[in-house]
Amino acid sequence: MFAFTVKRVLQAVIVMLIISFIGFAIKHNFGDPVRDLVGQRVTAAERAQIRERLGLNDPFPVQYVRFLRDALHGNLGQSYFFKKPATEVIVKKAPATLELVFCAALIIVVLSVPLGIYSAIRPKSLFSKIVMGGSIVGVSMPVFLTAILLIYIFSVELHWLPSYGRGQTVLLFGWWDSGLLTADGLKHLIMPSIALSSIMLPLFIRLIRSEMMEVLESEYVKFAWAKGIKPWRVWLVHAFKNTLLPVITVGGVQLGIMVAFTILTETVFQWQGMGSMFIESVERSDTSLMVAYLVFVGIVFVLVNTLVDIIYGLVNPTVRVAGRQ
Amino acid sequence: MKVSTFKTAGKFSLLVLSLLVAALMLVGCSGEEKKEAAEKAAPAAPEKITLKLAMDADPVSLDPQVQLSGGMLQFSHMVFDPLVRYDKDMNFVPRLAESWERVDDLTMRFHLRKGVKFHSGNDFTAKDVVFTLDRLKKSDDFKGLFEPFSGAVAVDDYTVDLVTKKPYGLVLNMATYVFPMDSQFYTGTDDKGKAKDLILKTDYSFANENESGTGPFVVTSREQGVKTVFTRFKDYWDKDTGNIEEIVLSPIKNDATRTAALMSGDVDFVMPVPPQDLDRIKSTDGLQLVTMSGSRIITFQLNGKRNPAFADPKVRLAMAYAYDNQGVVEKIMNGFATAAGQMSPKGYVGHVDSLVPRFDLDKAKSLMAESGFPNGFEATMIAPNNRYVNDEKIAEAFVSMMSKLGIKISLKTMPKAQYWDQFDAQVADIQMIGWHSDTEDSGNFFEFLSMCRNAETGYGQYNSGNYCNAKVDELTLAAQTETDPAKRAADLQEAEQIQYDEAGFIPLHWQNLSWASKSNMNTEDIVNVMNFPYFGDLVIK
Repeated sequence: MFAFTVKRVLQAVIVMLIISFIGFAIKHNFGDPVRDLVGQRVTAAERAQIRERLGLNDPFPVQYVRFLRDALHGNLGQSYFFKKPATEVIVKKAPATLELVFCAALIIVVLSVPLGIYSAIRPKSLFSKIVMGGSIVGVSMPVFLTAILLIYIFSVELHWLPSYGRGQTVLLFGWWDSGLLTADGLKHLIMPSIALSSIMLPLFIRLIRSEMMEVLESEYVKFAWAKGIKPWRVWLVHAFKNTLLPVITVGGVQLGIMVAFTILTETVFQWQGMGSMFIESVERSDTSLMVAYLVFVGIVFVLVNTLVDIIYGLVNPTVRVAGRQ
Repeated sequence: MKVSTFKTAGKFSLLVLSLLVAALMLVGCSGEEKKEAAEKAAPAAPEKITLKLAMDADPVSLDPQVQLSGGMLQFSHMVFDPLVRYDKDMNFVPRLAESWERVDDLTMRFHLRKGVKFHSGNDFTAKDVVFTLDRLKKSDDFKGLFEPFSGAVAVDDYTVDLVTKKPYGLVLNMATYVFPMDSQFYTGTDDKGKAKDLILKTDYSFANENESGTGPFVVTSREQGVKTVFTRFKDYWDKDTGNIEEIVLSPIKNDATRTAALMSGDVDFVMPVPPQDLDRIKSTDGLQLVTMSGSRIITFQLNGKRNPAFADPKVRLAMAYAYDNQGVVEKIMNGFATAAGQMSPKGYVGHVDSLVPRFDLDKAKSLMAESGFPNGFEATMIAPNNRYVNDEKIAEAFVSMMSKLGIKISLKTMPKAQYWDQFDAQVADIQMIGWHSDTEDSGNFFEFLSMCRNAETGYGQYNSGNYCNAKVDELTLAAQTETDPAKRAADLQEAEQIQYDEAGFIPLHWQNLSWASKSNMNTEDIVNVMNFPYFGDLVIK
């Protein structure tokens, strides 16, 4: 187990090095951040001076080594636009994104499980057919279109829900800005969470349905029926439990993808999280912040994956994790 | 064994049950919230008059001198107050300066308003103007504008002279950029040991996070990129203005969301209005739309140094005749632009009424036949795709129009983050650029876009076409030191005429400006062609 853990951590470090290198290479070829910091009247010579002050004129290896050295000290650079350390900016924006992802995940779990189970048990019923048909529409509709449609229906036409932003937030532990504790904040969460969940929800319904149908065909379920066990116990206890394992595995991977999808959702809803921050940093060529975000997200992913692998190995010794003999 | 299975089963069904309950609660909650929202939508007596404002960006700093950009000037007009400002017809009206007079060729004397307070409580006097001008001359962005000035001299507490190195005709134009800062407030060192008057673009500075101006609003809270709250300054000197007590500014970058926020009533005022939503807002009850022809000119520069064809004036003229300005304005810009035959918009001193767009394909073809390239030629072109309204589509239209003359253009478009480096390097024969004159004067267009390129003086810095005409240079320079308005106007108009006759570049159009708000306010009275809405004067009925 120890060797396995060390191996995974080493792998994680290498992955981080690669991510930072790619991110930094993009930064180096991305464009001139100084352009967005100065007015049109500032001359080329003065811009060159500003670039010099920011260390942007140094050769690529020099900048990269400096970046790595600073990163080891927890400094991922300075956001030019926010005029603050990039890590500070990202940490400030993280709660918004995480709460959004959390709520979307909640919607997915709450809806996909009953719908998936039902449409597996009664695949021929009209309701199942509607659910399946609807899920095709859901999968094929781009997130930003869903988002805009939601805004036009519920904000512009019906005036039920606010159209943008996070609403009233409450400061927790001195740094976590939470929108989950106020009515206004929750109201602001509804549409973005629905939009964000709109792609994943149909996928999960379909996944649960197909896994469940497979399990329902298996020998031990048939045996359970033969024993005369009540239907709901067969479905929920015998069958659904065994559907869960692959669903959880896929779910872990999809969670990461969902974080990526927040970029679109956040942009449309002017949701002040890491996704919209990243897009704006690209537009402003705030290259330091851009790289810091890539590295930060990289760290999160690598950490989560490593942790999941280790826990997986601990919890279920029969599962063979790559790298573990 | 049997018991334990039962137990897990019990736990499990409990879990399912609780999930179900949770789902029901969620549904129930949202239903209740909807009711609440409906109640809120009903008019409740507001405690104070708040303007919820959405713009496509927010000010990058609280330091009015850190960056020269539209967003920062909009901010400056809310929190600070200039010596003089423009009215809707571009006349100068007194603000912190009550009156002014020319003392001699180099000196303009300003008599300052008495009894004006800064947000810190300090009194506003002439020494604040001196401090402000000194600081402007240190700012990367503003020092170019204030280069002609040798400085400000306090005559007494309420009289100040702005002194120029040479006679200069734009002293009042520049006075609109002098937003006096509180010299006492910005002097000394902050708790981090840094000088309070430091101007820093990319790092913490006292002035980036604290302000003390004389303006109608005080910044009371700010979360950059999320929300800024401005509260009416109790001691504001001008009592005879609007009635807004608080402004909540949220940047909403996405066009569709900005419009939706206005239409759903979440915000009261949006700027700019996306062109595709103009009709929708116009036809919505309870909303008003205000539009105006703007002063940002969009042009194509033709590089005669790179491509010999463009050195031939007949070719350039032919291209100017082949470009359908009005057609592009109507079809691509949705009518939301003003077709241009010159750089100076109406209202600028250099504007010549007779220089109109000249679309005539037959004339273009005959000019082309007379030129040294009767069978056409090939050229390269670059344009940004996220800088100006519909920039990419306009460039594509240009390519297809020029193909009628046998000119084959290969076009490359790119985001602005990459564009300007390529523009500076002059990588293509034809390059697009839009320009807003920061002096609100024609001379600025010529200085940057059409004077002969000179690395030393910086003239022609954005003249990527390398157009060069000694007479245009001479007239522009003469206008710089001319203080007689009539003579200046004559010089600048002559320069405009020369460029038109030689087709030094292809002018396309001036982008229009737009604002939309609820209809219970005097939006039309507070907006202007510079796009600095005077929110201090806004009245909500």
